[in-house]
Amino acid sequence: MSEHHNSVLYVDGVSVSFDGFKALNSLSLIIEPGEMRAIIGPNGAGKTTMMDVITGKTRPDSGEVIYNGETNLLKCDEAEIAQLGIGRKFQKPTVFESHSVYSNIELALAMDRSVKASLFWSPTQENKDRVDAILDRIRLSGERNELAANLSHGQKQWLEIGMLLAQDPKLLLVDEPVAGMTDSETKETAILLRDIAQDHSVVVVEHDMDFVRDLDVKVTVLHEGSVLASGSIDEVSANKHVIEVYLGR
Amino acid sequence: MISSMLIRALDRNALIVLLALVAIAIAIPILNIFVPVESAFHLPDYMIQLLGKYMCYALLALSVDLIWGYAGILSLGHGAFFALGGYVMGMYLMRQIGTRGVYGNPVLPDFMVFLNWKELPWYWLGFDNFFFVAFMIALVPAILALVFGWFAFRSRVTGVYLSIITQAMTYALLLAFFRNDMGFGGNNGLTDFKDLLGFSVQENSTKLVLFSASTIAVALGYLVSRIIVSSRLGKVLVSIRDAESRTRFLGYKVENYKLFIFVISSIMAGIAGALYVPQVGIINPGEFAPANSIEIVIWVAVGGRGTLIGAIIGAILVNYAKTWFTGALPEYWLFALGGLFIATTLFLPKGLVGLVASLRLRERFGPKQSSSTPAPAE
Repeated sequence: MSEHHNSVLYVDGVSVSFDGFKALNSLSLIIEPGEMRAIIGPNGAGKTTMMDVITGKTRPDSGEVIYNGETNLLKCDEAEIAQLGIGRKFQKPTVFESHSVYSNIELALAMDRSVKASLFWSPTQENKDRVDAILDRIRLSGERNELAANLSHGQKQWLEIGMLLAQDPKLLLVDEPVAGMTDSETKETAILLRDIAQDHSVVVVEHDMDFVRDLDVKVTVLHEGSVLASGSIDEVSANKHVIEVYLGR
Repeated sequence: MISSMLIRALDRNALIVLLALVAIAIAIPILNIFVPVESAFHLPDYMIQLLGKYMCYALLALSVDLIWGYAGILSLGHGAFFALGGYVMGMYLMRQIGTRGVYGNPVLPDFMVFLNWKELPWYWLGFDNFFFVAFMIALVPAILALVFGWFAFRSRVTGVYLSIITQAMTYALLLAFFRNDMGFGGNNGLTDFKDLLGFSVQENSTKLVLFSASTIAVALGYLVSRIIVSSRLGKVLVSIRDAESRTRFLGYKVENYKLFIFVISSIMAGIAGALYVPQVGIINPGEFAPANSIEIVIWVAVGGRGTLIGAIIGAILVNYAKTWFTGALPEYWLFALGGLFIATTLFLPKGLVGLVASLRLRERFGPKQSSSTPAPAE
């Protein structure tokens, strides 16, 4: 188990069942520091459940999840896991609709999240610069004072990615970032994510094969709650089990 | 740090509200005392007591707006905190009666003598000291809110389920306070008050002071609320209201935030109850009635949820309407109240304050822009 010491995320033998249905079946996965990994798989393969387990939303029946080689994530709640440095982007973009775009990013900034600190907080110049930099990076500088509710679907996806950046997590879990995006937005998002992966570990769950090809990273294929195949996109596309699962039945 | 918080909290509108409240606290007594009775501007004595009651309701509405309008916690049992504050004040007023009671017992209130009790129960000790009482007015509701909130928020009870258990809480207290052996006067409650800090509660001058004190309490409650909602804490509360699990995945301990605002709100409600009791002269278990708590929510909805000022306006207007109706058409009041709530929900989802805001926008930008109504005040 030496890999478990220098990995960012170590998932071993995790099983989850809902009313007898095995959503995850002894799933194991290791993410190295600085790595970007794409996870693909047909509907019901357990991709979102895996994210739920890592971020503390769902408790597995068995298995272990170790973060950074030392922290047992199964003992933490969602807020603690987020504070440890794991950020999550949801499948359906969820931003704070009645806050401005600027406030959305500001609320996500890494800082003391206690009630007391929030009551007495006022933004420093450094905070403001950081929000500005992130708004530039996600191309929403022009919409900074708009309410998040008024953004387009694609812009909301980007805003949520911006909130992840503001959190400055070590590990980003990104669930279907290009769902509902136009082709050009999809291309832009691939560039943005590759850019982010330079200084963060990233796990991307995605259906869109062209997008995964654009990312050009190691791919893990999930099927019925466990890993079916791993490797480059070309390797897994050539794998006959994978072809069977995707095209077979 | 404090000054920067004040600057952030007191934008132009907030300053206007505060100044208006202070002006009312000064002007109403003047209209009562110095304007001759024949003048059209003279305020009769009975109005003072009525307005003082409205101000207590306004503070109570403010406390509900803070949790419902900002954090999305719909409490249908907030009357419980109001009543507890009222009972604490009632206990002090009972101890002040002394030998002037019907039975003339220097220590025991009349109802205890009547029940053949020989000595004061331990939990009545200390309630003859005003400073202790002032402290308990905040502490008693806060402890209930802390214990109740700790269990409810930690177990992630939200939405309708939370509303139902808050109803159950106030109903349970209603039943408990009805019991004679609780030692709070059973269904008669606490009444026959004589004086408060040595001033007779029957005197008009005492009523004027109580009115002004209630109005200043509304102003202070408003100031505290503004400080909270204009801080980052306030933004986190709105985030919780709109997307609770997102807030959690950003690393905020949602339960702590909810608990904080719930306790602050319960203290405001308790203070409102404590100011209310000497003005109406009685506190009884009826104040715990679930229907009372639902009425508070209607005041806030009518005025405009999540705006603070809407809660104040809603409480005063609805209660003024209640006073008028129960005088002119008593049997129709509940229909009117129900109709008002339905009409507000259907036609004025943002209440009267929201209506005024959208009319202003229309004036400025023409009818097209009116659809993009502003968010509830930050």
